[in-house]
Amino acid sequence: MSLYFTKEHEWIRIEGDTATVGITDFAQGQLGDIVFVEVPQAGTQVTQGGDAAVVESVKAASDVYAPVSGEVVEGNAALEADPSLVNSDPEGEGWFFKLRLSDNSQLEGLMGADEYKAFVDSQ
Amino acid sequence: MSDAADKTLPLNDWHVARGVRMVPFAGYAMPIQYEGIMAEHKWTRESAGLFDVSHMGQLVIAGEGAEKALETLLPADLSILKEGRLRYSLLLTEDGGIIDDLMVTRRGDHFYMVVNGATKEGDIAHMADKLPPNVVLDHMKEQALLALQGPKAVEALSRLAPGVEQLSFMQGGAFQLGGLTAWISRSGYTGEDGFEISVPATQVTGIADLIASQPEVKPIGLGARDSLRLEAGLPLYGHDLDTTTTPIEADLGFAISKRRRGEGGFPGWHRIIQEIENGAIRRRVGLAVEGRQPVREGAMVVDAEGNEVGKVTSGGFSPILEAPIAMAYVPAALAEEGAAISVAQRGKIFQAKVVPMPFVPHRYHRKGA
Repeated sequence: MSLYFTKEHEWIRIEGDTATVGITDFAQGQLGDIVFVEVPQAGTQVTQGGDAAVVESVKAASDVYAPVSGEVVEGNAALEADPSLVNSDPEGEGWFFKLRLSDNSQLEGLMGADEYKAFVDSQ
Repeated sequence: MSDAADKTLPLNDWHVARGVRMVPFAGYAMPIQYEGIMAEHKWTRESAGLFDVSHMGQLVIAGEGAEKALETLLPADLSILKEGRLRYSLLLTEDGGIIDDLMVTRRGDHFYMVVNGATKEGDIAHMADKLPPNVVLDHMKEQALLALQGPKAVEALSRLAPGVEQLSFMQGGAFQLGGLTAWISRSGYTGEDGFEISVPATQVTGIADLIASQPEVKPIGLGARDSLRLEAGLPLYGHDLDTTTTPIEADLGFAISKRRRGEGGFPGWHRIIQEIENGAIRRRVGLAVEGRQPVREGAMVVDAEGNEVGKVTSGGFSPILEAPIAMAYVPAALAEEGAAISVAQRGKIFQAKVVPMPFVPHRYHRKGA
């Protein structure tokens, strides 16, 4: 298992050829109280950098981009009933979707945990 | 964090010292949130929230004939405005558009006016241009403005400034507070009971400390200020009101005083009186949106064929109702309670219903009410 991060403040956990995607603790802190999350349905094809999910706080709507390309295998249905899971456990129960990677080489451009921490500190 | 070009307000260091996130608003760096919009919003509705609204313009209009001169600019009946009483009013264009919304108070030999921060320079230029030379307008840049809002605001503030509990909604007076004289009115923009407190900018830090140290009080950011006023059904200038909206379209007919309706003598009277008599072609209404996803400012109100027939001017998630709510301009035929409204946002259609505003009941302190 390995963990990657993007400059758009998403995390990607890789297990085999499956990637679980969510937003980071930093991102949820910036967004504030999350009141709605729309995750992609299983079967949806997403492209690296393309729209994948929508997250809405009290104040604003934000897009969540697919950090890597692939086919969505599961959206986190729990977020529909309790979007605040993204605030309370962003890197656990508050995951957004799982996808089957179509191009493993896309992981090479992503950041590791230390690199992401340095990136956040520089923000 | 904040744009270097933003001006700072007198309480800037006080906010920053509390670790708050500052964002640009109305040309100033302002606190967006302290512990979180949801928690701050609920705290204000349950207890008392302290807001820094020093970006707003505080003006004094004085001189012989100030009352009559102001009546040429505002649709308010100032002749019946008693000492220490506030009135919500509007600066209007010749064709009835809204230049700004404001509060005007009769205060001794002059009028005290509070206007929006983003529009104050334009308001001042507009009024300076129209007022006769013997009426002077002073922008009190040396004054800061705080708002203390919520059901326990009176408990907290009367401890510090005895006598404020005697004020009724839309009434103000001078009170001793923390060793200085403050102008305090029972007013605000959250729908709750509460006060607005004008003090010298040089001393506002001590006053903010004093008020925030009361057990009922927490500081509240701009984010919750916006969600609170939206729940209260109160329009925000630059979003729900602008020079293309008239008072009748904006459902602010109450701001056109009875005598002035008949007599006129203020900008836009011809159009406004025509709209009072015949109805405006569109109206600002409240929307309850189905589901959980909010519709936001800029979303389109559409008809069955998908044609744009109106627009959402404010929208968000109501922390009290736990549901999305919005304000929109819709054609008069769709402006009745219960009317079904479709809203298009980012390629998706949302279903909504026209509901009465406020979305959350006002709890103003009205004597004898």
